[in-house]
Amino acid sequence: MDDRFADALARLPDYLGSHVLVSVTALILGLAVSFPLALLALRRPRLRAVLLAATSIVQTVPGLALLALFYPLLLGVAAFSERLLGFGFSALGFLPAVLALALYSMLPVVRNTITGILGVDAAAKQAAIGVGMTEGQALRLVELPLAIPVIMAGVRTAAVWVIGTATLSTPIGQTSLGNYIFAGLQTQNWVFVLVGCVAAAVLALLVDQLLGLIEHGYALRSRIRMALGASGLALTLLAALVPTAMRAAGAYAIGAKSFSEQYILAALIGDRLRASGLAASSRDGLGSAVIVDALAAGDIDVHVDYTGTIWANQMRRSDVRPRAEVLNEVGSWLKAQRGIVMLGGLGFENAYALAMKRERAAKLGIRSIADLARHAPGLSVAADFEFFSRPEWKAIQEAYGLSFSRERQMQAEFMYRAAAAGEVDVISAYTSDGRIAEYDLVVLEDPKQAIPPYDAILLVSPRRAEDKAFLAALRPLVGAIDVETMREANRLASTGVTPAAAARWLWERIGR
Amino acid sequence: MTHDAGIAIEHVSKRFGDGRPVLAGVSLSVAKGEMLAVVGASGSGKTTLLRMINRLDDPSSGTVRIGGVDVASVDPVALRRRIGYVFQEVGLFPHMTVAENIAIMPRLLGWDSARATARVDELLGLVRLDLSYRSRLPRQLSGGERQRVGVARALAPGPEMVLMDEPFAALDPLTREALGRDYRTLHDKLGLTTLMITHDMIEALELADRIAVLRGGTVVAQGPPAVLIDHEHPYVKELMQLPRKLAERVESLLAAQGKSGGR
Repeated sequence: MDDRFADALARLPDYLGSHVLVSVTALILGLAVSFPLALLALRRPRLRAVLLAATSIVQTVPGLALLALFYPLLLGVAAFSERLLGFGFSALGFLPAVLALALYSMLPVVRNTITGILGVDAAAKQAAIGVGMTEGQALRLVELPLAIPVIMAGVRTAAVWVIGTATLSTPIGQTSLGNYIFAGLQTQNWVFVLVGCVAAAVLALLVDQLLGLIEHGYALRSRIRMALGASGLALTLLAALVPTAMRAAGAYAIGAKSFSEQYILAALIGDRLRASGLAASSRDGLGSAVIVDALAAGDIDVHVDYTGTIWANQMRRSDVRPRAEVLNEVGSWLKAQRGIVMLGGLGFENAYALAMKRERAAKLGIRSIADLARHAPGLSVAADFEFFSRPEWKAIQEAYGLSFSRERQMQAEFMYRAAAAGEVDVISAYTSDGRIAEYDLVVLEDPKQAIPPYDAILLVSPRRAEDKAFLAALRPLVGAIDVETMREANRLASTGVTPAAAARWLWERIGR
Repeated sequence: MTHDAGIAIEHVSKRFGDGRPVLAGVSLSVAKGEMLAVVGASGSGKTTLLRMINRLDDPSSGTVRIGGVDVASVDPVALRRRIGYVFQEVGLFPHMTVAENIAIMPRLLGWDSARATARVDELLGLVRLDLSYRSRLPRQLSGGERQRVGVARALAPGPEMVLMDEPFAALDPLTREALGRDYRTLHDKLGLTTLMITHDMIEALELADRIAVLRGGTVVAQGPPAVLIDHEHPYVKELMQLPRKLAERVESLLAAQGKSGGR
């Protein structure tokens, strides 16, 4: 418990700083676009309707989807600008997060600005024109000041939304307080989840209250309150950003997808780099589709992927080939198509597999899926919600002529428990899953090699392809981790040990 | 009918968008230095008439001249900055202090702040408000004080002409009386030309040099109070009934008191 909390605290400056930076930039951009648009649409009913409808529609798109959509969009724009103007930019992380969040902040600002100004007492507007103000002066001197409370309410709503939604920018590579939440959910580290949620909520409330203080100061014409609110905001910003600004630039960025094994391996890679005197920073919680593009673009420098994932998602292959052949083909494809260097396999697979309780398998004399096929009509199988609709399942069924008496779908954790309790006979599993060891299960062999191989492979970005010190630091990891060791490390992480601690255990284990 | 230095309204008609006539061939004039009261019920078109003078509204036909110049040929914003305007009830800007409200027209005209500040203090004195009112907000003032500030604001840039839209209607009778008389004093002292809209014949009789009665979009009578008192137009007679009755009642009360006092 203490360990996890200390780990969470150690990450706070980085996560909070990045979170504040992306939120504030998005909010400023959002306001800079929303105000002029709102004023432009103010006296144009048709434009007003279109603008409000458009910002409302943006609001109905789930935050995660909106953030994710910006990534391919920017990727296209970046490629286009590279070709046309000779320079590209990173389509990952900061930029898509800022753009998506800015878009997200627009509705409350636009709506409140328009309704606030249109809601100003008509008599005040009349008087403004009557004393000889132009339309512009009436807007600036009378309508806007009178609409401030409503407009500020919109700004406050936008600020709270942006700060909350920024937690979802983690999967597209923007470090945020969401890193706690995504990592915590994956590794069942509830301290992390809690720290992430509380930090985001406290930040949102603080900013909201400070904006409220400024608003009240304005209403009461109290310069002291306005100054207090403004300096509070400035202080929050400074406190959040200084540690980030002081962080070493030029560090090697280690990417990780959002599950335990990836967090452990990223920590292990970080340890290795630091042991070689190289600076390392992590970009964890990246989406599986995003991470290869990020590596190719040099947004991250190294990450661990799986041959089967590259095979199916990047190379669009659906045929099942032997493990060594796939490893080779993936390596040369990555080099040729993306410029990515495959240093080699780590030594274990995280593949789909069928698993049984050890004593039950022994009793029935089942060691491979071929053995299983003979008993299957009298047995039941359980899998997660995805497995039965995946090509892997079809391949296994066809290769071995498998047919069970009963197929059940359940959440992964319950699936393992059901197998351990004997409620189901066979379950779908991942070969490196720590729960295989935890529940004393045995993974069935696949003599016909029907299941696509998922070798864990160490990938390096094109721009580090010639970086000798970097490659030398990483190379000892190749072939160093067998599946039992990885399983044990994963099991440790699922029992509340932090990924960093599990990585240290792994380090000692493979160093022996 | 045209007065070179005053306001001349010539055959002005106005229809709303739906074709309903608001004003039908109204001709009126206000001589320089004169105070004219336009009396009418709500819906008589009196506010529309007022708004045409500083071009908050434009006539469908006819001409409004100020100092002999057709206002249609003048930039409306520049025109409004030359004419004081006292609004009914909520004319003050609620987010500005008394001083800021009074200084708004000088500010629009580009006065420097020292000159504007001196003018604010001068005007507070003219409308008989203490200088401590400077930094107050409109919501911290009584109705009478608010309208004093309204008058000060209208006079701030030193206009020769003031338009008043039922300026004292929302005030209690005593305040209305005091404020009306104070304004009339200012009007004379500063040599203003004033057109005041009101529905209150008593107020018109008390303050104005001349009265015009507006009904259904036309002027049914106009002239000095003495002439209107005996006007035979039925609507004017009706309007005069209340002041007459009031005067008779007060007279009889005074007479009765006089008798008892003589005993």
